[in-house]
Amino acid sequence: MGAHHGPAKGLTRWLFTTNHKDIGTMYLWFSFAMFLLGGSFAMIIRAELFQPGLQIVQPEFFNQMTTMHGLVMVFGAIMPAFVGLANWMIPMMIGAPDMALPRMNNWSFWILPPTFLLLASTLLMEGGGPNFGWTFYAPLSTTYAPPSVTFFIFAVHAMGISSIMGSINIIATVVNMRAPGMTYMKMPMFVWTWLITAFLLVAVMPVLAGAVTMMLMDIHFGTSFFSAAGGGDPVLFQHVFWFFGHPEVYIIILPAFGVVSEVIPTFSRKPLFGYDSMVYATSSIAFLSFIVWAHHMYTVGMPIAGELFFMYATMLIAVPTAAKVFNWITTMFKGSITLETPMLFAIAKVFLFTVGGFSGLMLAIAPADFQYHDSYFVVAHFHYTMVAGAIFALSSAVYYWIPKWTGKMYNESMGKAHFWISFIGFNLTFFPQHFVGLAGMPRRIPDYNLMFADFNMMSSIGAFIYGASQLLFLFNIVRTITHGKPVSDPKVWEGGTTLEWTVPTPAPYHTFTTPPELK
Amino acid sequence: MATQADKNIKKLSIKLLGLVFIMFAFAMWVMPPLYDALCEALGINGKTGRQYTAVESQVDTDRIVKVQFVAQNNEMMPWEFAPNTSQVEVHPGESSQVTYYAKNTQDRYMVSQAIPSIVPSRAAEYFHKTECFCFNQQPLAAGKDADLALQFIIDRDLPKDIHVITLSYTIFDVTEMAAKQDSVAASSK
Amino acid sequence: MYLQAKRLFKLALSPVLMLLSLFSTGAWAEQAERWQTNMAPGITEVGHQIYDLHMWVFYICVVTGIVVFGVMFYSVFAYRKERHQEPATFHENTRVEIAWTIVPFLVLLFMAVPATKTLIEIYDTDDADLDILITGYQWKWKYEYINPNGDNISFFSNLLTDGAEIANTEDKGSNYLLEVDEPVVIPVNKKVRFLVTANDVLHAWWVPALAVKRDAIPGFINEAWTKATETGVFRGQCAELCGRNHGFMPIVVNVVEEPQYEAWLGEKQAAAAEIKELMAKDFSLEELVERGKSVYTSSCAACHGANGEGGVGKAIAGSPIATGAMKEHTARVVDGVPGTAMPAFGSQLNEVDLAAVITYQRNAFGNNMGDMLQPVDIYKFKKGQ
Repeated sequence: MGAHHGPAKGLTRWLFTTNHKDIGTMYLWFSFAMFLLGGSFAMIIRAELFQPGLQIVQPEFFNQMTTMHGLVMVFGAIMPAFVGLANWMIPMMIGAPDMALPRMNNWSFWILPPTFLLLASTLLMEGGGPNFGWTFYAPLSTTYAPPSVTFFIFAVHAMGISSIMGSINIIATVVNMRAPGMTYMKMPMFVWTWLITAFLLVAVMPVLAGAVTMMLMDIHFGTSFFSAAGGGDPVLFQHVFWFFGHPEVYIIILPAFGVVSEVIPTFSRKPLFGYDSMVYATSSIAFLSFIVWAHHMYTVGMPIAGELFFMYATMLIAVPTAAKVFNWITTMFKGSITLETPMLFAIAKVFLFTVGGFSGLMLAIAPADFQYHDSYFVVAHFHYTMVAGAIFALSSAVYYWIPKWTGKMYNESMGKAHFWISFIGFNLTFFPQHFVGLAGMPRRIPDYNLMFADFNMMSSIGAFIYGASQLLFLFNIVRTITHGKPVSDPKVWEGGTTLEWTVPTPAPYHTFTTPPELK
Repeated sequence: MATQADKNIKKLSIKLLGLVFIMFAFAMWVMPPLYDALCEALGINGKTGRQYTAVESQVDTDRIVKVQFVAQNNEMMPWEFAPNTSQVEVHPGESSQVTYYAKNTQDRYMVSQAIPSIVPSRAAEYFHKTECFCFNQQPLAAGKDADLALQFIIDRDLPKDIHVITLSYTIFDVTEMAAKQDSVAASSK
Repeated sequence: MYLQAKRLFKLALSPVLMLLSLFSTGAWAEQAERWQTNMAPGITEVGHQIYDLHMWVFYICVVTGIVVFGVMFYSVFAYRKERHQEPATFHENTRVEIAWTIVPFLVLLFMAVPATKTLIEIYDTDDADLDILITGYQWKWKYEYINPNGDNISFFSNLLTDGAEIANTEDKGSNYLLEVDEPVVIPVNKKVRFLVTANDVLHAWWVPALAVKRDAIPGFINEAWTKATETGVFRGQCAELCGRNHGFMPIVVNVVEEPQYEAWLGEKQAAAAEIKELMAKDFSLEELVERGKSVYTSSCAACHGANGEGGVGKAIAGSPIATGAMKEHTARVVDGVPGTAMPAFGSQLNEVDLAAVITYQRNAFGNNMGDMLQPVDIYKFKKGQ
């Protein structure tokens, strides 16, 4: 292998590339496209909910929008975005020349675009797209599903395969390709969180595949996994789904923790506080995520012992999560802080994610959950953790590493404007949803009583603001690539200490073809 | 040229792939039966056990338990279906029999399956059915009716704070499913 | 494809429409509950306990938040580079880290204890004074009062809100989407047990004021109970996505004094007896059409359109079924159409209403069959004769 040849020219560069940076770039652009698609579904939802009454869409289409919004955001936007970051950064952070399985890496990316094209095309099919919510509870998703459900199942399988291949690759890379001297306990926190996330993915994506396979068999091959008529049980579906689904939410949030654990020390110019305890906390969150799934199902009628077990286990997750938050804050304490855009997003992420953590703790309390369950309170909660927790971290990561990727500096005032507009838009959207939820508004409804009207209008206005701010983000990125001020200092940020800040800026096509010397 | 590192990567990947298959198998073939077993043991969803063989036991005449019977038709099940007795009072340990009335109101042969469910679900494991129409699919010719029998014993160990047990049967139309099973059985002969 | 294109066009126009609506006269009825920001304790002992628990955990979160965010924002402001050039270098302190693992754990104990107590209370299965079997249907609720000494009283509860209000052509009333034709009535200060199940897909029965939310699962039965301490009308909604009209199957609970409840029950029993009597009566075409019209509005119009023009369901006006053989038409209505959204109304409407609505469909919207069906015909049809 010629170590210093550049990228191939034209389309084939992207089609056949095995370069981790190319693949990372494609993942990031793809996820951004999906973010805009899922976001436009959200805009339709919020436009319909702007006022009571049905104005813009019919309930049937509304249900397709809520379903597709969830699916596209979770599987199309957030997860691939973090895989993109992993591709770009993990080899550079551990001093490896590339990912361990570069050809498989190409495959795991190229599965995604056709999969999501297929998923999006179900909206134009006879009977419409998936309309049973992103949690697709049986029997609404089996006996009562539109014909397009088969394509939905196929799409879920395909994205599962992509995620599994991506995760195997990440584990293989981290385990085998670390530069000499890069022991596990010296790895950057982002690498650690991704290693744990990848194990979670390998463990639970097959469970999701199992759930949709059982659905497929119930629909087409006459089995009765989820139908009482043949000795099955619809509640079994929920158990299988959430056995996947709860680890899944940590799959989304752990790499975000990783990003914040890189950004905060850099801009505080102070090493991450409690590195070891961060590793242990992340691992224990991952472990606990396997034994708390039924807290999504408190109202399903479990025996009291079950309710208590899942309630206590869920509450326990607050302990390692709190430790992480304390660690981040202590990292900032007595640091020397500057507030560039990545740092603003990282601080907001810690702040808003913790707010989401508080509402999560409230939701963990089983008796109180009898009131919260499936209300807008839940919607508010998981958007605080998913949007502020994951998407804010992703924005932070893009601003943080884009000078390294492109050799250009983004426009700081535009970045700050993006941050403040996002921050205000986000809170305006989701904070009032706590109120309507507590006042009794169920989730996934296209129309509501007048008592919920004012907060819903606020929420919709906030959503439009938040949505618009992402266009500014897009503009800022494109502008950076085309007109950004060149940077050549390998370090870019004064406080950067990890290995990626030792290679030239912009990062050459091949880095660390000879492993770095570690002090 | 396969270096040691390449070999390690391959080994690890194969192991991880193995984990993937194990987890898939776990979801498909372990979770459903495990769930069923847990349901029966803990009475989740008020599921009752399989056929029970009566054991000689003393009737606890000091206690009276009220058993209510309700019936549900699942969607698209046009039969008439109702308990003939809406409730009985029994002593734990005593064997009782009740019947449900079912009538096929259609002008075609149909097969039904009744699914039992008990509340409080804690009581499910103490509700023993020695004979029940829910053990099998029940066919009825066009326009025919039948009294379907249920024989049960309430365990003497039923927790003392339970005074009322409600037994619900939901009847499903399984005509198509039964036809499929028959054709599978016929073709495998 | 055409419909999709039309939908997209409407979507493109939506921002404009919305801006316009901002300036139009919002003639919504003002209500006391508007701007409600918190859970209401409701009208039950358990509801108050849940409310107290909710507030207790909330206050703990607020205090924790003030401390944690206080330190965080203090650090962000006090240790800015311009004020604090030299960062400290400490990066671990085992004692501190152990302390802040133990402290949250202790705080959690203060939440877990009252939560456990309340949960045990909720799972109490002491004898109830009244059992009501609740069945979720796409998209309505059925209530069956279990009567140990005779026939159960049962009825369906449909959304009452007018389609014109939903379509924004009429002003919305204060109980918009939270009103039904037949509320469920329960006596005050009595323990009422709800047995919850579903007919088709999952639903969930939720009335915030009663602090009851239970999933309705087809084939299985769930239980919950309540003991209302105040009279009044209390509203709730289905809380589990159940298809197209998930947002349109509200719940209304009327809590009344015991004598009123008994009177209501008596009326219901009398009405049931009357239906039995009506079964034997011969109706005139006019009588059937008049009764059928109101049945149509509550049971058919949502899918088939207020004027039989169709919608989710096929058009009734000029339909080959409504203008075809009577038996075929009856079969469609009574048995439903498997694999479609058309339910079997045979189990949802009584014989009189079925006869009336079928007659109405054959003699309205320009359908001019002139024939009719008597309740006894439906009875015979159901018996397979």
